Amino acid sequence: MAGVELRQLHRRFGDVVALDGIDLEIESGEFVSFLGPSGCGKTTALRLVAGFDRPTSGRVFVEGKDITDVPPNRRDVGMVFQAYSLFPNMTAVKNVEFGLRVRKHARGSRKARALELLELVGLGHAADRYPHQLSGGMQQRVALARALAIEPRLLLLDEPLSALDAKVRIQLREEIRRIQTRLGITSIYVTHDQEEALSISDRVAVLSHGRIEQIGTPSEIYGAPATPFVAEFVGTMNRIESTVADPDDGRVTYDQTSLAVDAVRGRPRGERVLVLVRPEIVEVEAAGTAQNGLVGEVVSQTFLGSVTRLRVLAGPTEWTADLSAARAAALPIGARVSLRFPSAGAKVLSLEGEEPPEPSDG
Amino acid sequence: MTPRKHIAPGAVVWLLLGAAYFVIPLAATLIFSLRSNQTGTCCTLENYGEILHDPQFSKTIKTSFILSLETIVVTLLLLVPTVYWVHLRLPRLRPVLGFIALVPFVVPAIILVVGLLDIYKGTPSWFYAEPYGFLVGAYVILAFPYMYFSLDAGFRAIDVHTLTEASQSLGARWTTTLVRVIVPNIKASALAGSFLTLAIVMGEFTIASLAVFDTFPIYIQYINQNKAYPASAVTLLSFAITWAAMLALLAVGRGRRAPAAAGAH
Repeated sequence: MAGVELRQLHRRFGDVVALDGIDLEIESGEFVSFLGPSGCGKTTALRLVAGFDRPTSGRVFVEGKDITDVPPNRRDVGMVFQAYSLFPNMTAVKNVEFGLRVRKHARGSRKARALELLELVGLGHAADRYPHQLSGGMQQRVALARALAIEPRLLLLDEPLSALDAKVRIQLREEIRRIQTRLGITSIYVTHDQEEALSISDRVAVLSHGRIEQIGTPSEIYGAPATPFVAEFVGTMNRIESTVADPDDGRVTYDQTSLAVDAVRGRPRGERVLVLVRPEIVEVEAAGTAQNGLVGEVVSQTFLGSVTRLRVLAGPTEWTADLSAARAAALPIGARVSLRFPSAGAKVLSLEGEEPPEPSDG
Repeated sequence: MTPRKHIAPGAVVWLLLGAAYFVIPLAATLIFSLRSNQTGTCCTLENYGEILHDPQFSKTIKTSFILSLETIVVTLLLLVPTVYWVHLRLPRLRPVLGFIALVPFVVPAIILVVGLLDIYKGTPSWFYAEPYGFLVGAYVILAFPYMYFSLDAGFRAIDVHTLTEASQSLGARWTTTLVRVIVPNIKASALAGSFLTLAIVMGEFTIASLAVFDTFPIYIQYINQNKAYPASAVTLLSFAITWAAMLALLAVGRGRRAPAAAGAH
């Protein structure tokens, strides 16, 4: 039985379509992220599951039970919010106890349970502090403990880390995943941060304009984007508009240059396609040795720590390539370089019947 | 080395002027109240004795105090859920409520009392003929803007939506959410509104006089007209009692020490 099932969820606000038919099944114990830009409908979908909003049409099932018309306080769904949501008048332990108090658990048992959960999130020592005495990261940990205290059937996390600084964010997301795995609780995580979604999820659902563009494992989403939008949104991607030149040999024409792309084999000759190449597989060398014969000029270099990102203008497109700092040092801005990539490493999406997408800026 | 804190001489002058504005009348009243009602000479406490032994004094001050408390309770019971709901679900009504709250400022007391006497005519005598009925009805209207604007500011300082949703997701019903989560976090503003209400009701003269009820301000007025020196004593006593009442309210409202506005980001 699916942990959560969303069936044809629609939500309109006047003329604005926030959700346009979401169908999704989440297995029990699975951790699924809703990933997408602002306004894509991910938070709306989460609020429908939490019961804070009602769908215009469609149903929500949790563990096989239709909960679409059940009020939020009777859904047994724990939620961690984007904004700091701890009750300012209660200490950390009282916050965690709140759900148990509402459920009329005995004072002793609920306090023991609250302390146990605070220990689980690493805050056993801060039980008696008020929210204003806790850092943002600590507050979100308490909020997580509070949501888990009621032993919910489902845990919802609405961009819980977006207000935190980068280091705490990484640390806390790993902790969320660790706790989720340990407790085996079905979870839905909403984020606009693709790195966050890819790093902690069993599966990621990429949303755009109220629809699920693609759902799959993080490696599927990253390695085989199903639509131009997913390719654009997840990771940095070189998006090369080309035409299929030789479907038998697997070649496309880009800016009068022939490039080997295995994925176009079997496609109609002359089809307009978008060739997708990740920056990390693009090889850049001083001009003159490229087999693919694509030549350009280095226009910028950005040091990113583990790699240096080069922008190379080759044909109408500015290519992005990630190189080690040592190799990048040999290719200064203005240098003539040749580009190539493994012919098996590129993905292809058809552009037939589609408007060409906006150029990516990485 | 820590920097020295300078207070500009100009600021000191203004501070002293401000203090003088409050202190001089009080000091003058105090000196005046210590003069003998018979001989006019200083200094005696006989005026205070006379006032404190006057049964009318304790009776009227008790009436006004109970009226204040009753008004505070009724206003809070009416307004806290209303303002909560408006902030949560009907934010478009906020300007409307703000406008209605200004009405008691622009309607003169005489018009208010004549209108109320007319409207309440025919109501049971326990309401119409008693200060604890009729006057509270009028005072709730007078206190409305003070309480409304205080509460409105309090609700704006907290994240009503997130706190409510967090509480609901943990299984709380509306009443539990309101009592356990919302009210404790708007307590400071509810207290501020209550102070203002207390001060207004303790000093309200026009409506009580026109509706012929015997409240503390009516008593002060009576003493003022008849006894010059005791009038100063009763003024100072009323001042002290009002302050004591406010402190008591503060102590009751604060209860256990809890942090004020926090977490409302």
